Amino acid sequence: MGDVLVRLPGVLEPAAGNQHTIAVDCPAGATVGQLLDVLARDYPVLGRRIRDETGAIRRFVNLYLDGEDVRRLAGTDTAVGPGQQVDIIQSVAGG
Amino acid sequence: MGGMMADDGSVLLAIGTKKGLWLAQSRDRQRWSLSQPLFLMHEVPSIGIDTRGGRTRIMVGARSEHWGPTVFHSDDLGRTWTEPENGAIRFPEDTGSALERVWQIQPDTAGRPGVVWAGCEPISVWKSVDGGEHFELNRGLWDHPHHDQWGAGYGGAAVHSVLPAPDGEDTVHVAMSTGGVYRSTDGGASWQARNAGISAYFMPDPNPEFGQCVHKIARDPEEPATLYAQNHHGVYRSDDNADSWQSIAEGLPSDFGFVMLTHPRRSGTAWVVPIKADGERIPPEGRLAVHRTDDGGSNWRRLDSGLPAQDFNVVLRDAAAVDTAEPAGVYFGTRGGDVYASADEGDNFMTVAEHLPDVLCVRAAVVSG
Repeated sequence: MGDVLVRLPGVLEPAAGNQHTIAVDCPAGATVGQLLDVLARDYPVLGRRIRDETGAIRRFVNLYLDGEDVRRLAGTDTAVGPGQQVDIIQSVAGG
Repeated sequence: MGGMMADDGSVLLAIGTKKGLWLAQSRDRQRWSLSQPLFLMHEVPSIGIDTRGGRTRIMVGARSEHWGPTVFHSDDLGRTWTEPENGAIRFPEDTGSALERVWQIQPDTAGRPGVVWAGCEPISVWKSVDGGEHFELNRGLWDHPHHDQWGAGYGGAAVHSVLPAPDGEDTVHVAMSTGGVYRSTDGGASWQARNAGISAYFMPDPNPEFGQCVHKIARDPEEPATLYAQNHHGVYRSDDNADSWQSIAEGLPSDFGFVMLTHPRRSGTAWVVPIKADGERIPPEGRLAVHRTDDGGSNWRRLDSGLPAQDFNVVLRDAAAVDTAEPAGVYFGTRGGDVYASADEGDNFMTVAEHLPDVLCVRAAVVSG
């Protein structure tokens, strides 16, 4: 067991008790989807901002695992473990 | 003429735009105060103002391009807002669907306190029994055999109109684009298409059972079996609970448009905002005007006093509303971000707000305070 550090954009901080970073206790062999399940359990509104109710990461939300876009990896099935960092960043959208 | 309101009352005008919510308030419907934007950078396509039971609750369907849709409510005229932790509207897991946008938030009658309906994209109807904090998917419509054949209008595939049953009755009407009008006579358990007489000129069979692009429907306040519809070309009235529809477009400069409003109390009065054509979406001749009938659509009167001499912007289906004051107030906003109010049923308009983002929804109500 160990912590994965999740960093949030400022606009999502109110949905996480005004935290910018959240240390999520995450066993080795966990997936990004399981990490997001833990976040959603602890911070339901934050969970809904990141994923829709089917579990899909919202179209204009990007997750980077140690700097790599998880969509270029295995999406929510991407393995994540202690010591890694996840950055949640909104993509360019809107007009 | 400010009209009749309770001594301590005022009219709250909620303006949902593509980039946030504005609240305007007036005691005389002449001088308006306008708030700063709320939910900035969220589109607000739906608003419900529930004044039943002596409490005013504002509900807004807000949607961030990044963070998705949600429903907020406020019980203090917009000073503070609450969002249920797990969301007011969530598709059940077995549907495999996700909420895209809340198009309609409609409080039910005074006789059904706490009941609020929602119409959503993807095409679905929802019902809350706790004042709009949690909604349940209407399975009768979701599992309807027509479901897979409903389509998407330009704005998306959604239920955009919900007309609750009058007190003591069980007949609910909804309208969707595209699909048309559906009616339930058992309070929402089962639904039947009710589009006879409404044109779908863009389909191979122009008179199908369903598939019409009805833009908005409204119910007559005194004759609940009388309904009005603004169609994708076509303005109609039904006198038989939507079993059949007859054209009432004669006398209008165009039968295209999005808005359909009925009077809060008086039978036979309705308002539309004609748009030139499907292929030319501007007010006819670039002259914005509301049209009102007081005889069920036999005659229409052009109303443009106080409106600009020239305006090329469209008024969207929910960007118009009436209040319940006497005489009734009429409100609408354009995609150019201008919002107009009339305290005399549309005879004279004044400007409430200018140069806002595209107006998607307006709702008005007489409130305390």
